[in-house]
Amino acid sequence: MNFDELFGHFGQHTVDGLSKGAIYALIALGYTLVYGVLRLINFAHSEVFVVGTFAVLGAWTAFGLQDNPGAGQAILFLLIGLVAAAVASGGTALALERIAYKPLRKRNAPPLVFLITAIGLSLVLVEILGLLLPRLVGGVFPTLFGRERQIVGMPTLIEQKALITIGDTAITNVQAIVFVSALLMMAALDWFINRTRYGRGVRAVAQNPETAALMGVNQDRVIMLIFVLGGVMAGAAALLWSVRFGFTQSSLGFVLGLKAFTAAVLGGIGNLRGALLGGLFLGLVEVYAATLYTSAWEDVVAFVVLIVVLMFRPTGLLGESLGRARA
Amino acid sequence: MRRKYVRALSTTALAAVMVAAAGCQDAGDGGSTEAEACGGKIAIFGAFTGDNAGLVIPSLNGAKLAVKQHNAAKPDCKVTLQEFDTQGDPAVATPFASQIAGDASFLGVIGGHFSGESDATMPVYQAAGLAMVSPSATRIDLTQKGNTSFFRVVGHDGTQAAAVATYLKAQSAQKVFVVDDGSAYGAGITAELGKALGPLVVATDKIQERQSQFDATVSKIKSSSADYLFYGGYTREAAPLVRQMRAAGVTAKFIGPDGLYDPAFPEGAAGGAEGAIITCPCLPADKAGGTFAADYQKEYNIAPGSYGAEGYDGAKVYLDAFDAGKQTRADILAFVKSYDKQGVSKYIKFDAKGDVDPTKVVIWAYEVKNKQITALQELKVS
Repeated sequence: MNFDELFGHFGQHTVDGLSKGAIYALIALGYTLVYGVLRLINFAHSEVFVVGTFAVLGAWTAFGLQDNPGAGQAILFLLIGLVAAAVASGGTALALERIAYKPLRKRNAPPLVFLITAIGLSLVLVEILGLLLPRLVGGVFPTLFGRERQIVGMPTLIEQKALITIGDTAITNVQAIVFVSALLMMAALDWFINRTRYGRGVRAVAQNPETAALMGVNQDRVIMLIFVLGGVMAGAAALLWSVRFGFTQSSLGFVLGLKAFTAAVLGGIGNLRGALLGGLFLGLVEVYAATLYTSAWEDVVAFVVLIVVLMFRPTGLLGESLGRARA
Repeated sequence: MRRKYVRALSTTALAAVMVAAAGCQDAGDGGSTEAEACGGKIAIFGAFTGDNAGLVIPSLNGAKLAVKQHNAAKPDCKVTLQEFDTQGDPAVATPFASQIAGDASFLGVIGGHFSGESDATMPVYQAAGLAMVSPSATRIDLTQKGNTSFFRVVGHDGTQAAAVATYLKAQSAQKVFVVDDGSAYGAGITAELGKALGPLVVATDKIQERQSQFDATVSKIKSSSADYLFYGGYTREAAPLVRQMRAAGVTAKFIGPDGLYDPAFPEGAAGGAEGAIITCPCLPADKAGGTFAADYQKEYNIAPGSYGAEGYDGAKVYLDAFDAGKQTRADILAFVKSYDKQGVSKYIKFDAKGDVDPTKVVIWAYEVKNKQITALQELKVS
């Protein structure tokens, strides 16, 4: 038990935990949006995120990013990465819905069929990224992938530097970018769902699909919209991941997806603000646990905390429904 | 209703035919060996794809090369090498082991390549009387569990850890931070090193396999103000760890054992691994005996990386057994036990436990330079 380390640099670990949790929260939004409307856990969402990281890698390589470019170039590459990741992730999420889930819904398949389809899709996507992509793209960018299923690194876009130092707690520029961008994305999504016409449609379908249809809401379009929104958020998370950690791998999604799903449940699945709270909370708990014991224990502690929270608040920290989200 | 039946039946029949055809193909591979009492079939298993395959592929290629050369020299005495890709996972390796043990046409096994999968499958092969010759499983206690059919053509982690400790002391390291991944191999070699370094180890941490984010570990390394970081484990976790450590401004030198001898380590760390030291009980390619390095280069158009020579030697042990007319599992096991010959990587003669003579083991240090793993110097064991 390393209390000295935990309390000696408590501020630093809090900053680390928040920036870790911000990425969980962005991925968690995809689970929560789809669950809120369809009562479906889209387990393939973790691969939607991984597709985004590969899109960032591809776009940066194609445009010839070198390590540590100047500020102007860095902003340009951030935008390129964001567009590539958002299009790839949003497109993948939409394709999953059109190809796999929509036909099932038309035939009124039972919920278990959706669940096993989602798990199957997740495995298929992992192998497409791991086996097929290196073979297809490897010819064009021979240095990009190495061998099949290999971990691949990306150039450093922004060199980490301490931005603000309070005592011995340093907030780096990259951590600040990750945290602030994640908050901005979430605020924008929250505004979209709660304040716009399309958002009203989403909330209406989440509350009562039949009534919404009677009132003239196009259910199919709403469902496509939430898959795309979740995908775009995952794409943003993929860009932030690439800036902060700079590597990807076909099997990256499994652990991250599990954590993001946990964050969604912790905050109250189907609840957007809950996803944010759950993600940040999980990030903090993990970093504190890894500091106090070792990283080998962080998942154990995180899941014990999850179980304890769910014992007292079975619907998560902020409660469940998207439609009735507390303002 | 009846149509459904017919459809189901015909699908089943089609599936059965396909499975049978696949089975025939397999049997066909080894079928050319009957009558003449030479040649035979051996199995090789290891992580040929997956997170840490870069470490193992040279060994597979080395073994394939040995078999190819043998078959070219003795065309009517063909030896078949069948691959089983475990992805380095003990849970995948175990069912393969049962399959290989149950198939009487397999006369010997090359592998496992990792310590975890070797440990998990040893009892199965032991019970079946099959010899295992490992090119790269280095955990120290693999040969100390009373198993009589496990051999390795590589030095164990005790030797490697001693060499790392000697190296660190020679570099006058003051504070060493050690991290391991909790695997059979990583935790094993890290514990050995800890014993050898004693009070030089200032702090330790453990991470998990498949972990990607290392904030807590990096903070601990920073707080310890260590001048060396030793990481016991494989590439998948080491690459992001070293990168995040460097990004956070940690300047401690990074040193790791043979599990990191994989082109994916510098590639995955994208520059973060520059200057990292990797130790390995494997020879640099150009130091291997005979024409091995040139032959390998010609065959695969790439220099043999980690364990290419050891994989070649592992296969050679069996090829020599076949050439000596050994045709049963028991005879081959006895032949391997009494093997006594110069190999391309080192002189190969196993002691009673299945280890090669420690004085014949050479440990080399490699350095990551411009994202390439380059030979640095030979390490002294003590």
